[in-house]
Amino acid sequence: MNKHEQDLQEVVDQAIAEQKVPHVKFKKIDPESVDIARLTSPSKETRQEHWGKGLTSLAIAVIGILIVAIIGFVGVRGLATFVDDKVNIFHFLLTSNWNPSAGKDHVGAAAMIVTSFAVTLLAALVATPFAIAIALFMTEYKSGKQAQFLQSVMELLVGIPSVVYGFLGLTVIVTVIRTIFGGTGFGILAATLILFVMVLPTITSLTVDAFKAVPQDLRKSSAALGATRWQTIYHVVLRAARPRILTAIIFGMARAFGEALAVQMVIGNAVLMPYNLVSPSATLTSQLTSQMGNTVMGTLPNNALWSLALLLLIMSLAFNFLVRLIGKRGS
Amino acid sequence: MHKLHLGKLMALILLLPIFLVGCSKDRNKITIVGSSALQPLVEQAGNDYHLTNPDSNIIVQGGGSGTGLSQVQAGAVQIGTSDVFADTQKGIKAAKLHDFQVAVVGIVPIVNKGIGIDNLSSKQLMEIFTGKITNWRQVGGKNLQIIVINRSRGSGTRTTFEDLILKGKDAVNSQEQDSNGTVKKIVSSTPGTISYISFPYANDPNIQKISIDHTRPTNQNIPTNKWRLWSYEHLYTKGKPDKETAAFIDYILSKKVQCDLVPKIGYLSINEMKVTRDSHNRITKIGSAHE
Repeated sequence: MNKHEQDLQEVVDQAIAEQKVPHVKFKKIDPESVDIARLTSPSKETRQEHWGKGLTSLAIAVIGILIVAIIGFVGVRGLATFVDDKVNIFHFLLTSNWNPSAGKDHVGAAAMIVTSFAVTLLAALVATPFAIAIALFMTEYKSGKQAQFLQSVMELLVGIPSVVYGFLGLTVIVTVIRTIFGGTGFGILAATLILFVMVLPTITSLTVDAFKAVPQDLRKSSAALGATRWQTIYHVVLRAARPRILTAIIFGMARAFGEALAVQMVIGNAVLMPYNLVSPSATLTSQLTSQMGNTVMGTLPNNALWSLALLLLIMSLAFNFLVRLIGKRGS
Repeated sequence: MHKLHLGKLMALILLLPIFLVGCSKDRNKITIVGSSALQPLVEQAGNDYHLTNPDSNIIVQGGGSGTGLSQVQAGAVQIGTSDVFADTQKGIKAAKLHDFQVAVVGIVPIVNKGIGIDNLSSKQLMEIFTGKITNWRQVGGKNLQIIVINRSRGSGTRTTFEDLILKGKDAVNSQEQDSNGTVKKIVSSTPGTISYISFPYANDPNIQKISIDHTRPTNQNIPTNKWRLWSYEHLYTKGKPDKETAAFIDYILSKKVQCDLVPKIGYLSINEMKVTRDSHNRITKIGSAHE
C-alpha cells in the first residue's frame, strides 16, 4: 500500500469512527470492507473506455498515414517530371505536344486538360436539368411509391460498373454518332453522353436531399399567399435549395472528371486538341489507363504520367474546396 | 461485454492485412508479370505445369511489357514478360537481365472491308502511318479518307511495327487503342480505318488483312523472314534464374509446349525459326556462321 492509498485509508477510517448514525449493514458491504486498492485502480469500464479510444485513434492514425503517403507519393513522382527531367511547368500546362518518350520538349498536357474539362462540364450541363426534374418529381409532386421506384432506378444506375457503360458506349453510342456525324464516332460527344448517365444518379440524389432540406413552412407560406405549386417550386424551393444544388453538381463533376475506364473506351485516345465534339481526343484519366503498363518506372514517360495523376489529385482537392466554399456561403 | 467484443473485432480487422501478407510468403512461388500478349500462353503453360508439379505455384499477371521489365529489374517478380527487347527500353539495364525467347508472333495490318485493297507496299504503309497519304484513292482504293487507328504508345506491338515499317519516322498523331479486340471491333465497323493486330486475332471475316509487297501474312512466311512484321516473345529474369524458375522456363521451351500449346494459341514456335533477329533488327540466318 503506497502513501496515497494509506492516506485514503486513514480518511475512510476516520469517517467511520466519527459516524453518529448506526450504519445499515448489508450482506457483505460495510464500512470495514471498503477496499481502497480496488476503488483507486481503474475499473472495467475505464479499461473499456481506453480500449475504445485507443482503437479508434489507431484506425484514424492508419488512415491518416495512408492519405499522407498517397499524396506524398503522387506528389514526389509527379514533381519529378519538373525537378529531375527539367520539364517547364508552363510548357506542361499550356502546350499540346504529347510524346514524352521523345524528350522533355514533348510533354504538353493541354489537350488532355481541355478535353477533361470539356467532358466534365458538358456532362454536368446535360445532366443537371434532368436531375433537377427528377428530384422535383420525387419530392414536390409525387412521394411514396413512385418516388421510391425512381429512387431504386437511380440506385441501379449507380450500381452498374463503369466498364459496362463503356462497353455500351463503344457498341451503341459510338455507332450512332458515326452514322449521324460521320468520322469514327469517338470523341467528346460520346464521352459526354456516357458520363451524363453516370453522374445523373449522383446529382439527382443530392438534389433530392437539397429539396428535402427546404423547410415545409416556406412551402406552406407560399401556398397561403395563393401561389400555385409551380410558382412555389420556381420562386421558393429552387431558390432556397440553390447552394445545395450547386454542391450536388460539383460532386457530379468530380465523378465525371475522375472517371477513367468508360471514357477511355469511347474517347478515341488521340492526344489531340479537340476541334469539335466528334473529333477523337484523350482525357487525363484515359491517357493514364492506356499508357501506364507501357512505361518503365523512373523514366520520363512514366514520370509524365505521374504528373497527370498529380494534376487529377489537385483537381479533386479543388472540387472539394469548392463544395466547402459553397456550403459556407449557403449557410 | 458486447463493447469489448466489438473492440477485439476491430483490432482483428486492423491486424488482418499483416497476417494475410505474412501467410502468402511461399518458397516455390513464381510470379510472372508483363506482356498481355504473352499472358494466355504463360497462364496455360503454368496450369499444365502445376498438374505435373503440384508443389509449384505460378502466378501470371498482365500489366504491359514496360511493367514486366521494370518489375523484374526491381527484383519484385521472378519473370518479366515482354514483346520487345529489353535494351530498346530506356531505364532498363538489359545487361543485368537474362533473355529467354519463347515464341514468335506475327503482326498484320488490317483495314475496313469496304476499301477495296488487299495489298500495300511497305513504302505506302509507312506513308499512311506517317500521315503523308491521307486518301485511299492514292493507293488504288476508293475515294475515302484514311483513318489511322494506332496502338498505345510504347506497347510491344506498336514498337515492333514502328521499328520495322516506319524506320524511325514519327507516326501521325491519331487515335490509339490498347487491345487487339477493340482495334478489330473499330476497324470492322468504321469505314476507311487501318490498323494492325497480332496474328492470333486476325482470323476474322469482318476485317481485311493486308499483304505487304505481295507477301501474304501467314505463319509459313515468318520463319524465313519473308513476312518481316513479327516479334519475339521474351521471358526475362534478373540474372540467372533460380532452380524453380529455370525449371519452368525449361518446361515452356520443351517440345510439349512448343509443338502443342504455342501453335494452338496462334504463335509460332521459336524452334521453327530459320533466322534470328537482334534488338537492332539485324537478321541472321540460323546455321550460317553468324558469330
